[in-house]
Amino acid sequence: MIRKMDSSPIRLRNCSKTYGDGTIAVGPVDIEIAAGETVVILGPSGCGKTTTLRMMAGLEMPDPGGHVLFGADDVTRLPIEKRNVGMVFQSYALFPNLDVLENIAYGLRVRGIGLAERSARAREMMGMMRLEPFAERRIDQLSGGQKQRVALARALAIQPRALLLDEALTALDAKLRDTLRTEIDVLLRRLGITTVYVTHDQEEAMSLGDRIIVMDRGKIVQIGSPREIYHRPGCRFVAEFVGTMNRLPGEVRDGQFVTKSGRIPCRHLDPDCREVMFRPESVTIADPAECDLTGRVAATFFLGDRTRLVVDGIGDQPVIVESESAGEFVVDQIVHLKVRSAAVHAF
Amino acid sequence: MTSIAAVVERAPVSPGADPRARENVLLLLLITPAIVVFSAFWLLPIARLVALGASGEAGIETYLSVLTNGRYASSLLQTLALSGLVTLTTLAIAVISGLFLVRQDFFGRSALVAVMTLPLAFPGVVIGLMVIMLGGRQGIVGDVSVALFGVKTVFAYNMVGLFVGYVYFSIPRVILTVMAAAEKLDIQLEEAARSLGATPPMVFRDVILPGLQPALISSGAICFATSMGAFGTAFTLNAGASVLPMLIYTEFTLNANIAVAAALSVVLGLITWAVLALARSFAGSGVSAAG
Amino acid sequence: MRHGIGFWLQLGFTLLVSAFLMVPIGMSILAGFTENYFRGPSSGLTTRWIVEVWERYGDNIFLSLGIAASCLVVTILIGVPAAYVLAKRQSRLSRMFEELIILPVAIPGLATALALVMLYGTFGGFRSSWTFVLVGHVLYTLPFMVRSVLAVLSSIDLRTLEEGAASLGAGFWTRFWTIVLPNAGSGILAGSLMVTTLSIGEFNLTLLLTTPFTQTIPVGLAVAYTNARLELGSAYTVLFFAMIIPLLVAMQIWGNPSRTSTKRKRRALEKVVSP
Repeated sequence: MIRKMDSSPIRLRNCSKTYGDGTIAVGPVDIEIAAGETVVILGPSGCGKTTTLRMMAGLEMPDPGGHVLFGADDVTRLPIEKRNVGMVFQSYALFPNLDVLENIAYGLRVRGIGLAERSARAREMMGMMRLEPFAERRIDQLSGGQKQRVALARALAIQPRALLLDEALTALDAKLRDTLRTEIDVLLRRLGITTVYVTHDQEEAMSLGDRIIVMDRGKIVQIGSPREIYHRPGCRFVAEFVGTMNRLPGEVRDGQFVTKSGRIPCRHLDPDCREVMFRPESVTIADPAECDLTGRVAATFFLGDRTRLVVDGIGDQPVIVESESAGEFVVDQIVHLKVRSAAVHAF
Repeated sequence: MTSIAAVVERAPVSPGADPRARENVLLLLLITPAIVVFSAFWLLPIARLVALGASGEAGIETYLSVLTNGRYASSLLQTLALSGLVTLTTLAIAVISGLFLVRQDFFGRSALVAVMTLPLAFPGVVIGLMVIMLGGRQGIVGDVSVALFGVKTVFAYNMVGLFVGYVYFSIPRVILTVMAAAEKLDIQLEEAARSLGATPPMVFRDVILPGLQPALISSGAICFATSMGAFGTAFTLNAGASVLPMLIYTEFTLNANIAVAAALSVVLGLITWAVLALARSFAGSGVSAAG
Repeated sequence: MRHGIGFWLQLGFTLLVSAFLMVPIGMSILAGFTENYFRGPSSGLTTRWIVEVWERYGDNIFLSLGIAASCLVVTILIGVPAAYVLAKRQSRLSRMFEELIILPVAIPGLATALALVMLYGTFGGFRSSWTFVLVGHVLYTLPFMVRSVLAVLSSIDLRTLEEGAASLGAGFWTRFWTIVLPNAGSGILAGSLMVTTLSIGEFNLTLLLTTPFTQTIPVGLAVAYTNARLELGSAYTVLFFAMIIPLLVAMQIWGNPSRTSTKRKRRALEKVVSP
């Protein structure tokens, strides 16, 4: 039932976007996406990620000098209706005057495909998305998750060269988002379609992307696999934007990072480093004898598989610790912490 | 301590006094003046008018004469046709210019919007003068046609004049509704249609027009109803009995044919009310505010 | 920003429509100041038509202004409380009332006028006084006042505001004066502009309600158009424009209270939060 789709690699070459009032939404960026790859563009709102996606789609024209390539074709001047891209919008943008089947068949209808064939192909898409019972439903009779699947089916029905999703899961509640994310991920991999997914949700980016492009203030700040982005953030922005980071002020002395409440052995730090960062899971509760830092528990949160501790008295801000130990912690208890020195970052 | 006890004692605890019931009485008090004025000066007179329509020699059949009497029926048909044509024309103009004014941003846009909506609430009599200025014996269209073809075009005093006047009258209010609806159109729907391969005319047909449809139905119905009852323009242009309101007026003032005037008024009122009610069942609320 | 051919076509069309609306206004203003319109502006410009209108029809103008002012007072007095009740209690009955009071606007004014004349025409003193015209105008303008106040009251969270005030000890009337009325302000303003403008320009309903001694401006205009020279009618129209256009411009500025609703919501909240 599911055929591999014939999809294109996408390349943005020197693409920037300046708006009429002079604001630069996207600085010159170069992006290469291989055929069949799933890439997530991640960044805070206003970082230019949606504009970048819209340049790929053909909804925005890059400033002169920029080029958008689908495989060998330069599509820079091609409007979106000629590009054959599937697009899923944050609000789903389903046509309220058409029912589910008509929505999915719309792209085939404007291509002049006859009623019988387009219904058959739309029904095939509905089968793939488990939407058969809803064919004649009106759009306002669908739940959020169903709308999302209709939007995806509609975009895929035209057998696009690439699938572009703009914050496509943001409007759904957390649990549904998880389910759909898995569903979409499996589907896209089976279809082998080039997919670009824009989101501000780093958790979503981690789970969906083969590669993540992190953007900030119109520029690309890091490109890498989810693991690289998480474990080896290339700059302070990425470190703070992706996941939780503890910040600790201090100074380097004799291969150790000295803070007011202890010292962390760290050979790889720059001598004039004044601040280090580390993730909550890089900290363990240790014996007083071999600990690096000592603090006082300010709050504890039981998370089921682990316990999150908020520890005061170490730096300016409380340090967040995630401990898998089964032990119980109480507020005001003194804890001794050990930081995995390989996981200490400094920028 | 004693003062607190005193306060507690004074708190309303009597189970019989439901505060909501008391509030209902006060609210009823507030709305009563409006109810009294409306009942005394509209409901009662209209009820009497309906009765008067059947009070003539022909009795209840006076109402039927609207359809059977050739003069009345043809006036009714002309009024319907005129109003229908005015509605379609105005809607077309409002969609083209309204979409343009909402979608495009250019120097002088807000001035154009102001110009297009300025004649809102000009009374019909003044619109009549506007038509005379355009198509009267000394009108600008006549001057231009003399210069171009040597023939003087005068249209102010026939059905064309009424048509022009009613379109003039309707443009501001319809364009306001269309612009408000166009501002609320979801741009993402159009982008979605384009991403699926729809060309601009297809986007217009499949996304924009369906999106505007409720506004078009409601403002079209108001435009139609207003045209049916419009009186000032016809009065100024001295349009005889060509449209129903003029016919009612002459039956009442010149022929003192009170029963017929009443019956015709009731029929006219029913038609406009029915059109508005019908439109509302199609397009949802917001249809009732004519004016 | 470069524009395609569609832009220029639409612009041209829109300019044409604007010309259709504006040219006759300009022509009538010109005619009002022209010595002899048949010979054109070359016959000389004059204000003598304006002066003559003032002498002949000055009474109409004052009567119209008086009726508009009275109409405004009446619609505020009976319309604002009614709108408040409709906002508070949304039942079948209240919706029916809302629908009913719109009928004088929805059905042709001539029918309403005829009905009034038939029922009250024999009350000599009432029939021949200006209050007879006022009654018609109140019927016609009341729904506009009610609707604009209702629109504002529905856009704010009236219930929470009132519950907040009540929790601080405000009784029914205190809430009405200190919470409801101030927050309905923009709706009352928009409604007032609408009521005044409509009352000054009303003709359909007015014609049958007037007597030769209670002529309002639009009725006077109609008489001038049919009986007097074009220049005189135009000069009268110029005076009418001078009164109505400022009102229309004011309506474009303050006439849409729902646009500022978020700002008002915040203000409304602040009012309750601060003592």
